[in-house]
Amino acid sequence: MGKQNCRIVYGKTLVELRSSNNRIVVLEADLGKSTMTSLFQEAFPERYFEMGIAEQNMVSTAAGLAISGKIPFVNSFAVFSTGRVYDQIRQSICIGKVNVKIMGSSCGLSDFSDGATHQGIEDIALMRVLPNMTVLAPVDGYETKKAIEAAIDYEGPVYIRLNRNEIPDMTSESDKFLIGIPSVIRQGNDLTVFANGYMVWEALKAATTLEKEGISIRVVNVSSLKPVNENAVKDLSSGMKGIITVEEHSIIGGIGSIITFILKGWSVPIECIAINDQFGQSALSYESLLGYYHLNEEEIVKRVMRILK
Amino acid sequence: MPLSEKQIKDLELTSRNLRRKIITMIGPDNPGHLGGSCSIADILTVLYFNRMRHKPSDPKWPGRDRFILSKGHAALGLYSVLSECGYFPEEELATIKQLGSILQGHPDMLKVPGIEANTGSLGQGLSIACGIALAGKLDKMDYRVYCVMGDGEIDEGQIWEASMAASYYKLDNLTAILDKNKVMATGPITERFDSNPHKEKWLANNWLVIEADGHNFTDIDNALEEAASNTGKPTLIIAHTVKGKGIPFAEGKAAFHNGIMNKEQYQEALALLKI
Repeated sequence: MGKQNCRIVYGKTLVELRSSNNRIVVLEADLGKSTMTSLFQEAFPERYFEMGIAEQNMVSTAAGLAISGKIPFVNSFAVFSTGRVYDQIRQSICIGKVNVKIMGSSCGLSDFSDGATHQGIEDIALMRVLPNMTVLAPVDGYETKKAIEAAIDYEGPVYIRLNRNEIPDMTSESDKFLIGIPSVIRQGNDLTVFANGYMVWEALKAATTLEKEGISIRVVNVSSLKPVNENAVKDLSSGMKGIITVEEHSIIGGIGSIITFILKGWSVPIECIAINDQFGQSALSYESLLGYYHLNEEEIVKRVMRILK
Repeated sequence: MPLSEKQIKDLELTSRNLRRKIITMIGPDNPGHLGGSCSIADILTVLYFNRMRHKPSDPKWPGRDRFILSKGHAALGLYSVLSECGYFPEEELATIKQLGSILQGHPDMLKVPGIEANTGSLGQGLSIACGIALAGKLDKMDYRVYCVMGDGEIDEGQIWEASMAASYYKLDNLTAILDKNKVMATGPITERFDSNPHKEKWLANNWLVIEADGHNFTDIDNALEEAASNTGKPTLIIAHTVKGKGIPFAEGKAAFHNGIMNKEQYQEALALLKI
């Protein structure tokens, strides 16, 4: 199984798609070597705008470009491209349903060393609450490419969050990606785990561990966080002994909120694994930070056992 | 070419109409952004009736000059001029701020023909105008982009981000107009929060800066003409204006930023603006 860095896939995809779509422009706020829009700058310097360390202007400028027919991608770390510019996204983009694509790079805890200031763990909640916004969190490199393509094909604001680190492939090149549709990564019939991003990988590891105990876990990748096809979530939950949600995000406003809301009134037990209303911190490795916040295989196994007890 | 006497007379008549529409839309005993709408009425008149290339019958005409009202709370001024141009029927003005009306409290690009962007959260319009101007450069279109800001609005940090970006990208197709009416919602800017000196700040950001009397049609028109022929950098026109201009009891008064006219004041204003 291969690994890919979604940021590099993103940069390459922009270059590839720009070759056949001259509406694409890219705006950056001095993080191009990290968001990997530097690849686009090398290929299409005349369509790349370094806006300086001034994210608010970057976002509203992108609105002006989109109003004029361009498809602008604005870039920063997830924490800044949602929080720092929340009002610009709301006012300049969402109310008018303006066709801007917002990249949230180094999302969640994936920028493990930089600490709370740089760890975007509220971005999904902030973007989901905005009318007219579409929210995507591709699970791996293959899906990153398809999510970018889908965002371009869709006319309207889209927020895409991407992990900073190397991510194992969990889908294949031939898998379909549709905005709104959760996808089954692994079949199972005892419990369903709804996850997104790197947490899908932890869920797959947990499913392998639990299989040895005779417990069959269905792993669902909810990479489209808005819209979410409610019937699909219900179908994938139906007949299960329990439901687990797991996300590298605050417990407020992410996948836990989404799934429990869709399944309101069901008698099935639901366990939500997320960051429990607190900020992140620095760590020397991604795994140790995820472990500190219980965002890993071990916690998923623990919660499954709690439900089955 | 300087404005002829006939042109000036026509513009005067038009700006009078705009102010009458502004007053009528507010009506008696209702709050409305009288001050900042009336301070830009003459600027809007010159832009839409003498300077801007536009087709009210085809609001999305690609070759049109673009106008962004960064100080979106002066929507009444913009609605007045758009209706005067024929972008929508005059009867719509009577529906202002009613449930379901196209005429929202702040401009809505999805609802009103001729409105280019949603503004109202202050400080964002100049950035949007920069984006439209950049697109014009990319597409090699020769349209111009106009953006009106308030002198209270430019307290917003985003304005200064946009100010730096516009000169860095040499947006000479952009003309920003500062409606320097000197009064913010809670009082004179010199007493509340003084963002002066304006000219020096924009010059330092490498803009061409022109000062004009924002209620003198010839002055406004000359400044716009100079801006249009300026190359290599964006232009700021500092338009010296009076908040509530044309409505004597409201002139220069913060109380009429979003104030209420009583019935007598309303009748007085309408009588003054009768044609």
